[in-house]
Amino acid sequence: MRRGAAAGWGILGVLALLIVWELYKYLGPAEGFVVGAIDGETGSGVMILPRTNDRAMPHVWDMVARLGQSTSGGNTPPLIVPVVNAAATTLGIAAVGWLIGVTVGAILGLVMQRWRLAEWGLLPWIVVSQTVPLIAFAPIVNSIGTQIDRGGTPWPQWLSVAVIASYLAFFPVAVGVLRGLDAPDRIHLDLMRSYAAGYWPTLTRLRLPAAVPHLLPALRLAAANAVVGAVVAEVSIGMRGGIGRMLIQLAGQGSSDPAAPWGPTFGSIALGLVAAGSVALIGFGLKNYRRGEAIV
Amino acid sequence: MTIDARLAVRAAGVGKVFPTKDGEVVALTAVDLTVAAGEFVALIGPSGCGKSTLLRLIADLDSASSGTLEIFGKPAQQARIDQDYGIAFQQAGLLPWRTVKANIELPLELHGVARTERSVRVAELAELVGLTEFIDRYPDQLSGGMQQRVAIARALATRPSLLLMDEPFGALDEMTREYLQSELARIAAETEAAVVFVTHSIPEAVFLADRVVVMSPRPGRITQILPMGLSGMTGDALRESSAYFERVTAVREALHGAPVERANER
Repeated sequence: MRRGAAAGWGILGVLALLIVWELYKYLGPAEGFVVGAIDGETGSGVMILPRTNDRAMPHVWDMVARLGQSTSGGNTPPLIVPVVNAAATTLGIAAVGWLIGVTVGAILGLVMQRWRLAEWGLLPWIVVSQTVPLIAFAPIVNSIGTQIDRGGTPWPQWLSVAVIASYLAFFPVAVGVLRGLDAPDRIHLDLMRSYAAGYWPTLTRLRLPAAVPHLLPALRLAAANAVVGAVVAEVSIGMRGGIGRMLIQLAGQGSSDPAAPWGPTFGSIALGLVAAGSVALIGFGLKNYRRGEAIV
Repeated sequence: MTIDARLAVRAAGVGKVFPTKDGEVVALTAVDLTVAAGEFVALIGPSGCGKSTLLRLIADLDSASSGTLEIFGKPAQQARIDQDYGIAFQQAGLLPWRTVKANIELPLELHGVARTERSVRVAELAELVGLTEFIDRYPDQLSGGMQQRVAIARALATRPSLLLMDEPFGALDEMTREYLQSELARIAAETEAAVVFVTHSIPEAVFLADRVVVMSPRPGRITQILPMGLSGMTGDALRESSAYFERVTAVREALHGAPVERANER
């Protein structure tokens, strides 16, 4: 019942968004509404209502139809083929980034929980790490990768993207693992002590299972972060083949082919949904560890 | 076997001091207490009298600041490592992701008991606490009283000769409480384990215990130890006997003779 209702609301939300788009396109001014424009000076004034012409706001059905039309004329395959390929490429890279991020985050969380001194020393740096702008950080990772490559060990460009994605992904995991491992009740810790159970049995029998409700949201956040990180990193270091690069490329052709950039946009939305959905599957497998928690 | 080893608990001059920001708080002072093997001893007193602290010292969940404390002739820490006691708290404290069976066998699993042997032992224990049909349920599918019975089964899993219980029935309704008291009296008799039982209920202490230890706060100490001498009788016969009511009165007077801390005076 509740699952069906949730799906219904989701579909309703998407429909509402499409209706608002088309309604504004129908009612709004074709060339937008500009205040304070000076005659004969293009780009002057402030646009307070966006343009609604087909170049600025293509119809929703045109966007969808464009997916079925050939990518760049001639015999090229329909747009959806390169979009799916690019999204799959980025998903693969984001998944590698997610795995690296989850591993690093989990190790950091474990170390910080085990030794309070490590928490005091590491946690502030971990928080600060997330304030470094990705745009500034991405080229550095790439150039380090290139230098390693020159040293003889092959370093593919996608690995740079994955590392950058992991840089965003590890943060929620580190914090989630730390909080999760500290989640067991006092009484359960007393009980394990009464059994003379050491660190590892307590970790595997008590701390990790008790951490699951904290871990799942952390893994989900990490998946979303890894996708965002991968898309931004592709653009930032100019890697070909992924959805990020494709977005920029087709947006550049937007004035002549306005529906085309929406292809990769839909692709990246689908990418995010698939990533978040895969993590939700992990949660389904662990549902016994979420007893007492409302499972939606 | 020496005389000392026949004692489940021997405390001599035991004290516990907690350091706080405003100086030291004396939780327990000069506690002398022995519990014989197989004996049922209840600790009773108003809040702050250190009865739970004393239990935690015996369990080696905290360590004593002064005095000597021996469990079966060993230091408390060694007794904990040797699994000489089983413990149950006011909350059942079951692991919510484990079934009843998996909860009961947790201590066995931690001590490397083989799977088949574990299953046999769990079946015995489930039978003992009357939960055989519920062995595959999860804790959230059980009532509070059933959860507490699982906790008792778990405490008994390693066949300890000493059972430590900290207000195990404190959160239950009166009917479940009386039922579980009778069950515990039977289980304690069957397993021949010594029991140290913390409670704030006078009837509960009198019903269950061979001796009732009356404690008093500020600083936490033992003020009186009352032998009950009601062993012959069990169940409702005991609850309705005049000897039982006499003992209840005696314990009440012993408690009130000590300065009672009332909630509105704190």
